[in-house]
Amino acid sequence: MALIEVSQLQKSYGAIRAVKNVSFSVDRGEVVGFLGPNGAGKSTTMKLLTGYLRPDAGTAVVAGFDVVENPVAAKAHLGYSPEGAPAYGEMTVREFLRFAAELRGLADPAQRVADTLKLCRLEEVAGQSVDTLSKGYRMRVGFAQAVIHDPAVLILDEPTDGLDPNQKFEVRRILKDMAARKAVIVSTHILEEIDELCTRVIVIAQGEVRCDESKERFLQRGTDLNQVFRKLTA
Amino acid sequence: MSDQPASPTPRPGAAFWAVLRREFAGYFRTPLAYVFLAVFNAFAISLAFFIGNIYEAGVASLDRFFLYHPWLWAFLAPAAGARLWAEERRQGTLELLLTWPVTVWQAALGKFFAAWLFLGSALLITLPMAFTVCYLGDPDVGVIVSGYVGSFLCAGACLGIAAIASALTRSQVIAFVTGFLACFVLVLVGYGVFDELLSGAFATGTVDEIRRLGLWRNLEPFTLGLIDLRPTAYFLTVAFAGLGLSTLIVERR
Repeated sequence: MALIEVSQLQKSYGAIRAVKNVSFSVDRGEVVGFLGPNGAGKSTTMKLLTGYLRPDAGTAVVAGFDVVENPVAAKAHLGYSPEGAPAYGEMTVREFLRFAAELRGLADPAQRVADTLKLCRLEEVAGQSVDTLSKGYRMRVGFAQAVIHDPAVLILDEPTDGLDPNQKFEVRRILKDMAARKAVIVSTHILEEIDELCTRVIVIAQGEVRCDESKERFLQRGTDLNQVFRKLTA
Repeated sequence: MSDQPASPTPRPGAAFWAVLRREFAGYFRTPLAYVFLAVFNAFAISLAFFIGNIYEAGVASLDRFFLYHPWLWAFLAPAAGARLWAEERRQGTLELLLTWPVTVWQAALGKFFAAWLFLGSALLITLPMAFTVCYLGDPDVGVIVSGYVGSFLCAGACLGIAAIASALTRSQVIAFVTGFLACFVLVLVGYGVFDELLSGAFATGTVDEIRRLGLWRNLEPFTLGLIDLRPTAYFLTVAFAGLGLSTLIVERR
């Protein structure tokens, strides 16, 4: 069974159908790039998959656990960084990660925090409150809380948004290092990220899956990815 | 990190305690907590002395000290409770918290008890008041203890109302103002302020019943040394109804 199984997912906000019958699955070792215009339903699909929102219909299964039927078990196997990487601003980076580790009931939380600080290169700001960090560090803190428990499934909503090229490189490097052992979904607006990071592409527009294929096939659609994107999402 | 995913399904208690500790410590991360504790103490003691004339009364008892507690809690419980959910919504951390392996109820209980304990610590700091009375006279210690118990329960009831206000908005200011107004109404009801208004719509017996919902009405027996079932049930009902309703509001998001 795949680590992520999404079947016939639907969600409406009032009269607006944000997600219409979305189905896909992601296996271990895959890094799926979620593409689509703003308001296409990418973030809503991620919120459904992580159990933050309840679907109107359909199912989402993470590591064998249905996120509606068995939310706590599903969430224990899931790392998620929402758009903008929210965090408790008044806590220091170390306190924040410690809280995440304790809430997740991890054994030896202090060691986990130390490992994660090192992995995400956050050691030098560990004692600073999250509010005082630059955007690049904040995004990495969001990433750090998502990987602190070494989850089987990783879902990141625009993890490189607003970062400078060096910081983007850094986040992608960390992600690539751990990707072989996980099922990863990354939403992005940066088309070149597909080539550098992903193994597969899912394009969502108007709440529907417009394309779900390997990176290689996607790249064969044309040399100008912006044009490919416009055509698929029109 | 190891090859095996480390993610266990956490014990339910782990999440509750983690939230409780974070929230309680959170009050002391900003200067607000110290301002709060200072204001509570300054008002609790000065109201008792200058308006309650606790000293001139010449009786070794704290009933005039507790007399003003409903007013204090009506103001300060919403101040402490405003951040419960509004701050999570404003910072976007609600999405984080609720995608961690914790149920809304565990998180809500952790938050609520942390806030209640914080209010309790404000109350504890007034203990020198009790020691002073004991030093100056020979008060009934049981009466003082039951007064403190009643005040703590009253704080919980105001916090329940504050929790609802906080769950409805992302603005702490709006949460505070609406919470305060609702608690303020509960204080005034007991003093018969709305009697005229209510008697137009309800029978006299009903108006009396509504009056009994006032905070002081329910706190008063405690300050006389009585831990009665009815006022205890009243405070706990308001506290836990507020906790439950606010949790349902957050769960519906």
